[in-house]
Amino acid sequence: MTVSEALKTVDAGSVGTVADVVEAPRAPRRVGAGRRVLLGALGVVILAAVWELYKALGPADGVVIGGITVLPRTTDLAMPHVWDMIARLFEPVSSIAGAPPMWLAVLQASAFSLGIAAVGWVVGVLVGGLLAVLMQRFITAEAAVLPWIILSQTVPLIAIAPLVRRWGAQIHLGTFEWAPWMSVAVIASYLAFFPVSIGALRGLNSPDTNHVELMRSYAAGWWSTLVRLRLPASVPYLLPALRLGAASAVIGTVVAEVSIGLRGGIGRMVVEFAAAAGGDPAKPWAPIFGAVLVGLLAAGFVSLIGVFLRRYRRGEVPA
Amino acid sequence: MTDQNATATDGGSVAASAGAGATRTATAPDAVTVSGVSRVFGSRGREASVTALDDVSLDVAPGEFVSLIGPSGCGKSTLLRLIADLDQPSSGQISVFGKPARRARIDQDYGIAFQQAGLLPWRTVAANIELPLELHRVGAAERRTRVGDLLSLVGLDDFGSKYPDQLSGGMQQRVAIARALAESPRLLLMDEPFGALDEMTRERMQNELLRICAETDAAVVFVTHSIPEAVFLSHRVVVMSPRPGRIVDVIPVGLGSTADRGEALREDAGFFDAVGAVREALHGHPVSAGPATSATSTGSAGEAREGANLCEPSGRPAGRESR
Repeated sequence: MTVSEALKTVDAGSVGTVADVVEAPRAPRRVGAGRRVLLGALGVVILAAVWELYKALGPADGVVIGGITVLPRTTDLAMPHVWDMIARLFEPVSSIAGAPPMWLAVLQASAFSLGIAAVGWVVGVLVGGLLAVLMQRFITAEAAVLPWIILSQTVPLIAIAPLVRRWGAQIHLGTFEWAPWMSVAVIASYLAFFPVSIGALRGLNSPDTNHVELMRSYAAGWWSTLVRLRLPASVPYLLPALRLGAASAVIGTVVAEVSIGLRGGIGRMVVEFAAAAGGDPAKPWAPIFGAVLVGLLAAGFVSLIGVFLRRYRRGEVPA
Repeated sequence: MTDQNATATDGGSVAASAGAGATRTATAPDAVTVSGVSRVFGSRGREASVTALDDVSLDVAPGEFVSLIGPSGCGKSTLLRLIADLDQPSSGQISVFGKPARRARIDQDYGIAFQQAGLLPWRTVAANIELPLELHRVGAAERRTRVGDLLSLVGLDDFGSKYPDQLSGGMQQRVAIARALAESPRLLLMDEPFGALDEMTRERMQNELLRICAETDAAVVFVTHSIPEAVFLSHRVVVMSPRPGRIVDVIPVGLGSTADRGEALREDAGFFDAVGAVREALHGHPVSAGPATSATSTGSAGEAREGANLCEPSGRPAGRESR
């Protein structure tokens, strides 16, 4: 497996997480918490079953139509057994003496990446929130800023990562030194702020005319209206945006770690282990599992925020 | 036409002052003074402008209950919004307790309630009522006492900690009224507050509103579609016509002071007479010229179909809308 293939797999894995995240909020109204966990586990089991079924029945050279490989090869090299991937987690990372077990190394890398993603997420949420408030306050700001916000997301990460790194390296404020992990966090926030700004803007503009006029009849100023009406009303819009932002921050962190070449995180681990795929095909899957875990934790954290803001979600239409 | 309106308004005002009882003194400014107010909407681009209100004049005495009635599009809600300073007149003057409408809004001289209760879903009933007090930095202890008083005033003592989605429509509307009364305004502005309620709830709410008004002694400007509702509640009923919105007539309803009105009034002969008078003004009043005349010819047919209510809740007056 080449580096680019490994990266694609990471992206695909993360995208899967995003989809889970988007679907999740609709489920809780109908299905109990216990059943949700059960159904989630069932989904994983089915995925593993499909994997093994194709591996057992599919042609060794994959399905090729008109010279294009539509389905992958089923060799142990391209598609290791699920149990091999799991077993690999409990073996040492490498043959070097004293190497830690794989699961520990992956967990450490996951924690490292999760930390950076969290910083990126917080920065992204603050920036996105401020932009949304600004756009809500000044209609000209919305006209001037919104197209740029949307445009910003069309710039490929690979293009901005070296720029951020170079600019960061020139920052020296007293004893403060720009660390490479900060560049990764900036890129994570660059992805995270987008859904937050769009979602928050929609949320801030969501109160009925009725409510806005009521506040006006109370001679409430812009700030009071923001605090008492617009912010609470934006919560149902904000939570999915925060969740998407968290997923984006994780993707941004993993990809930026690779682009910038930061060691210690999941992104770097994916690349390093992909190089070992030839002799140890189950090895590259360990960091991918780690990336999925980071995504799940990030989404879970946002769900926790939602629990604390339950009061502001009474207006949500029950499914 | 304009002169006639002005005359009718003035005449009505005088008659109503008598009807409203001794609340009006020579020195106290009127609760609301609307003089020569017009409101023209849109004239941007190719769109033709719409005259929602045309040269409307109206006085409301302190403690007086005045209803605005008329078909959809007659500008009654617009007039209310102008008084509330949620919108500004294109021409003319509006003063509330002798101040410009804007000043009155900033000074919180009025409380307002809309057809939709408009409660904030994330706040409890008590917190909703508290909102205006909170915004104007009333102390927590004072707020609590006031909210307690208001809850019992609207008969919701045990519901302070409930959330709006746990209440029926009528209860929500009562909370909205309590909220409008939170700062003891001397003027209440109500835009079809009972429009979305069923008939039985509606009558009960009307009785309660009369009781509350008698207790608070506030002047009320009340927008409604329903003739019996207007007659039952008001000292004066202001009848309006659409396109352009004008005051057609002002009917004094001599049914006694707010405190004396009760359920028995609905069976009273005077009540039916006043209902008849308002209905006549709405449908069959001989107005000299203009679109109102053509409306007159179809008025009786429309009246027969509509019964006592001028409009269906969402609807428009069948007789007039055929133009």
